[in-house]
Amino acid sequence: MPDLGLNVLLKGKNMQRLLSGLWTAMRISLIAVAISMPLGILLGVLMTKKNPVVRAVLRVYLEFIRIMPQMVLLFLVFFGTTGAFGWNLSGELSSIIVFSLWGTAEMSDLVRGALISIPKHQYESSEALGLSRSQTFAYVIIPQTVRRLIPLSINLITRMIKTTSLVLMIGVVEVLKVAQQIIEANRMASPNAAFGIYLTVFLLYFIVCWPISMLARRLEKKWKD
Amino acid sequence: MDWTVIAEYMPLFREAAFLTVRLGLTGIAIAIAVGIACAVVLYYRIPVLKTLVSFYIELSRNTPLLVQLFFIYYGLPKIGISTNPVFCGISGLAFLGGSYMCEAFRSGLEAIPPIQSESAESLGMSRLQVMRYVIFPQALSISVPALMANVIFLMKETSIFSAVSIMDLMFTAKDLIGLYYRTTESLFLLVVFYLIILLPISILGSLLERRLRYAGFGA
Repeated sequence: MPDLGLNVLLKGKNMQRLLSGLWTAMRISLIAVAISMPLGILLGVLMTKKNPVVRAVLRVYLEFIRIMPQMVLLFLVFFGTTGAFGWNLSGELSSIIVFSLWGTAEMSDLVRGALISIPKHQYESSEALGLSRSQTFAYVIIPQTVRRLIPLSINLITRMIKTTSLVLMIGVVEVLKVAQQIIEANRMASPNAAFGIYLTVFLLYFIVCWPISMLARRLEKKWKD
Repeated sequence: MDWTVIAEYMPLFREAAFLTVRLGLTGIAIAIAVGIACAVVLYYRIPVLKTLVSFYIELSRNTPLLVQLFFIYYGLPKIGISTNPVFCGISGLAFLGGSYMCEAFRSGLEAIPPIQSESAESLGMSRLQVMRYVIFPQALSISVPALMANVIFLMKETSIFSAVSIMDLMFTAKDLIGLYYRTTESLFLLVVFYLIILLPISILGSLLERRLRYAGFGA
């Protein structure tokens, strides 16, 4: 039976290299998550305010970011800033910028949705009970919002992890690029390695994302009402 | 920004946009079919098939499309399943989209209270009739927002097709940037053409959502 890549994977440091490639992708997504969660919460709260100017500006930002494919955003930042301002951003920095912008937009929409889903009578009842405005938020609104928000934001994190695979296209050496390099280097010895190596990358992503999705689903079920 | 360059590139981008839309719509149509089939399997809890479907859903939802495409395009030919780029792109999109569509339809089906199918059965309808005339129309109207969100999501995902050398919008833009350094013009056209494709879908989605909001019984 011809070798389908398992030998190549176990040869030398190939597996370690793949894992460090995966870590590069993870690092980008984790930094972007860390930036976009607080910013998204801030923008989401701002979006529920009545000020029409703030709302219009945020809406345009949100709609543009959400309607554009992430690849287009990556190209805009990576190639566009060089063309327009002469900046020379590294691939990794560009991807962190893009994923933070995108994550912030998605997160703010989740926050806005969770906030407006709290029925008005919750505010009114707390007022009727004599709670002050800050008490209403601290004891009534925020706990309910957080329960709705956490499963959704965990899902957003898996989406961001999956989407970081795109950074390959602007030249960041992440797991798929390492996989290509390994396959190229072993082209003569085991020409069929592509099957096993890409299957491994596929499974690696699954191993990372699956537990996170399961956690989100469990929390969602637990906090349903 | 040089407008003569833009006029010159326009036909290239128009071709690429047609290709993007064609592949995207084909993939989405297959994904909807796969999604309905999977949702029905899950709804009736058909033994064996149910396990297979849940396995497929987990696998497809927790891996990126780019990795799926690389596996289909470069990996599968090594065990004798050879593919051309277009087939690969469409099947990748259908593989990814099927699970998302399934989730959309399933939540719609589950939102229909059991009394609906019980009443329909007591009226003497067969199981197929119950599904076709009572459950499915209501479930569909509940699923529409999720369905449209998935359509937009999948249309955006087609931008990854350039990785398996399909000459779509991304590929064209990248090519022109690489060949002639016309970065600003290429990126401008790229954004404009994606807006032309995606804005109508997004607007249609919000119109449909408003129109269908009260279609569910008692909702």
